[in-house]
Amino acid sequence: MLDTSYYEKADEIIARHTREERSLIPIIQDIQEEYRYLPPELLTYVAKQIGITEAKAYSVASFYENFSFEQKGKYVIKVCDGTACHVRKSIPILERLYKELGLNDKKHTSDDLYFTVETVSCLGACGLAPAITVNDVVYPKMSPEKVVDLLKELRGE
Amino acid sequence: MKIENRTELKEYRTECQKRQRAKCRVLICGGTGCLAGGSDKIYQKMLELTKNDGNVSVEFGAEIAHTKVMKSGCHGFCEMGPLVRIEPHNYLYIKVSPDDCEEIYQKTICEGKSIERLLYHMDGQVYASQEEIPFYAKQTRLVLKNCGHIDADHIEGAMVVGAYSALEKALFEMTPESVIDMIYESNLRGRGGAGFRTGRKWKQVASQKEKIRYVVCNGDEGDPGAFMDRSIMEGDPHRMIEGMMIAAYAVQAQEGYIYVRAEYPLAIQRLETAIHQAEEIGILGDHILGTNFSFRLHINRGAGAFVCGEGSALTASIEGKRGMPRVKPPRTVQQGLWAKPTVLNNVETYANVPMIIQNGAEWYLGIGTPESPGTKAFALTGNVRNTGLIEVPMGITLREVIYDIGGGIQNGKKFKAVQIGGPSGGCLTEKQLDSKMDFDSLAKIGAMIGSGGLVIMDENTCMVEVARFFMSFTQRESCGKCVPCREGTKRMLEILERIVAGNGKPTDIDELRELADMIESTALCGLGKSAPKPVISTLNAFAEEYREHIEDKKCKTGVCTNLRQFQIDLDICKGCSKCARNCPAGAIEGELKSPYHINQEKCIKCGACMEQCPFKAISVAR
Repeated sequence: MLDTSYYEKADEIIARHTREERSLIPIIQDIQEEYRYLPPELLTYVAKQIGITEAKAYSVASFYENFSFEQKGKYVIKVCDGTACHVRKSIPILERLYKELGLNDKKHTSDDLYFTVETVSCLGACGLAPAITVNDVVYPKMSPEKVVDLLKELRGE
Repeated sequence: MKIENRTELKEYRTECQKRQRAKCRVLICGGTGCLAGGSDKIYQKMLELTKNDGNVSVEFGAEIAHTKVMKSGCHGFCEMGPLVRIEPHNYLYIKVSPDDCEEIYQKTICEGKSIERLLYHMDGQVYASQEEIPFYAKQTRLVLKNCGHIDADHIEGAMVVGAYSALEKALFEMTPESVIDMIYESNLRGRGGAGFRTGRKWKQVASQKEKIRYVVCNGDEGDPGAFMDRSIMEGDPHRMIEGMMIAAYAVQAQEGYIYVRAEYPLAIQRLETAIHQAEEIGILGDHILGTNFSFRLHINRGAGAFVCGEGSALTASIEGKRGMPRVKPPRTVQQGLWAKPTVLNNVETYANVPMIIQNGAEWYLGIGTPESPGTKAFALTGNVRNTGLIEVPMGITLREVIYDIGGGIQNGKKFKAVQIGGPSGGCLTEKQLDSKMDFDSLAKIGAMIGSGGLVIMDENTCMVEVARFFMSFTQRESCGKCVPCREGTKRMLEILERIVAGNGKPTDIDELRELADMIESTALCGLGKSAPKPVISTLNAFAEEYREHIEDKKCKTGVCTNLRQFQIDLDICKGCSKCARNCPAGAIEGELKSPYHINQEKCIKCGACMEQCPFKAISVAR
């Protein structure tokens, strides 16, 4: 059971939408924006509130890549591996991040809950390849070396 | 203030023009690309600088402004960002940094002179204005005309350049039927990929018995390597909204939805602002401009599923379901969103509509080729000198795009292939560079325009790896509903992974072809059906490269790490033994102070030696 503040927040978010099936995705998007992940308890709660089964809500939330049932780091780093970034060598950047943070393709979030590293198919910033984003801010023309500096900068805050 | 009729609209437009009449406009590119390059800081700095000047007003809507600083949409020349355009001189400054602002203010804004070092240089020539730069000179910018030239955050900028005048014409001078007829005659074809005739789609929706209809815009630009739609949504949102409204009027729809992928937060924000501002002046809402036409527009954020770019999956996602395609018929035009007749077009398609209504079908047919009229926006990326967003008439050749607009290959390398159409398209080679770019010509050579991504690849690109890359993309994004796509792409990926890892088998090529054939003919939706295309096209054009990977266990480009061969340059090696000490496999032998050598049999291709060598004597053999 989560703290009651979570449910209060969920109520607040639900109130911004209509209580029907079509609101499910926008609601859980808002919840995820608030907590940087989707607490499973809240998904169950939302399902009940908008009148759909828990199974249905889970089937939707698990289908879309953006929803995460696990807590994410303070900084969510997305490494673009779209075609343009890929041919301009994005993988060495990803590997460097994994190495620096002790992560791998199964473990995406560092133990101190500071960093989450994910790949995305295309950020649409192909002109600046290879690109990464940190909490939705685009960092253009990255390299393995630049990424290490960036980590230092983020840690320093 | 709500505009109630045509006269009021005209007055409002004149009023906007008056307010916009600034002596000097400073347009700072606010597209995702330039923002990432720090254009926001430049914007702040310019605001600050012009604020100190007593005559200068930077607020929008100020009556007489001497200078106006605005955040515009994407200029398209992303490689050179952040871009700053100064009007009326039309100077285009590239790679501007906040430190340059002072000088720009002093020299250009106050004295009207250009700053040469900030102008674009190519092959010794300096280009002062945007229009002269070869990157722009070869283009025909119709859909992207306003991108980068208007303030994308305020409707007034769009009104000045004629936004909603096509809607005005449609509402007051045309019947819904004549709108459809005009679009039909213009032969406008869907810019989302397949090139289906837009007018036919609209006709079919208009002829349905059901009276509740929807207009949906597909802004789920998921193809890796494509960002045209993002730029339109960010740079000229009103053009697209106007196109949707004309579609709604034509098929008598009351509500519209724009589905934008979550990876485009700026596009979502700009669209929200645009819709809000249009509602405020009565261009969206009930009884638009005092007519009987009412239309409401909603935005849906995607949640990260590539398959939602497919029509029936997209509508399912708006309904709050898993975004999975369904069996057709019934088609979207018959039963789309909430099983009602639905016009579903892509961003660029809608953005074409207003100018067709404004100028007529004949005019439109005069651009491009008869079967594929108009222009097409492409995202030119990869190993090319000028990357960015371009718009060219249909029927242009690939060579013109890559060499004249793109400026050729980066770093003086050799051209190898161009990937067109993303994961649904194919790779074209040198031989096909003179083929025309339009829907039908490309289909004939096994490629497609797709959403319009053009990724240029140089000689250092491994084509087998590229095929593996696309296959891993479609495999990951397969929604899993139908077996051919779910299992077939997985099997194809396994084979490709095995080949790049150096474990390819002689039977692999035949097996790839057989699987591709099966998936193409049996998958449920267009995404599945086209998934094998990147593999087939590379198999056809680069058979030798596949053979080398499988039989000789060799990757010429050095991209496939397991097939790399490390070599020690005997002339550079000092015999320090650092590599030998660091080799985890004991594959490096030699005597101190004389060159070492690598035993290829023992080498596990880890690259530790190359990283450790203090003299850079170790490299990958080509």
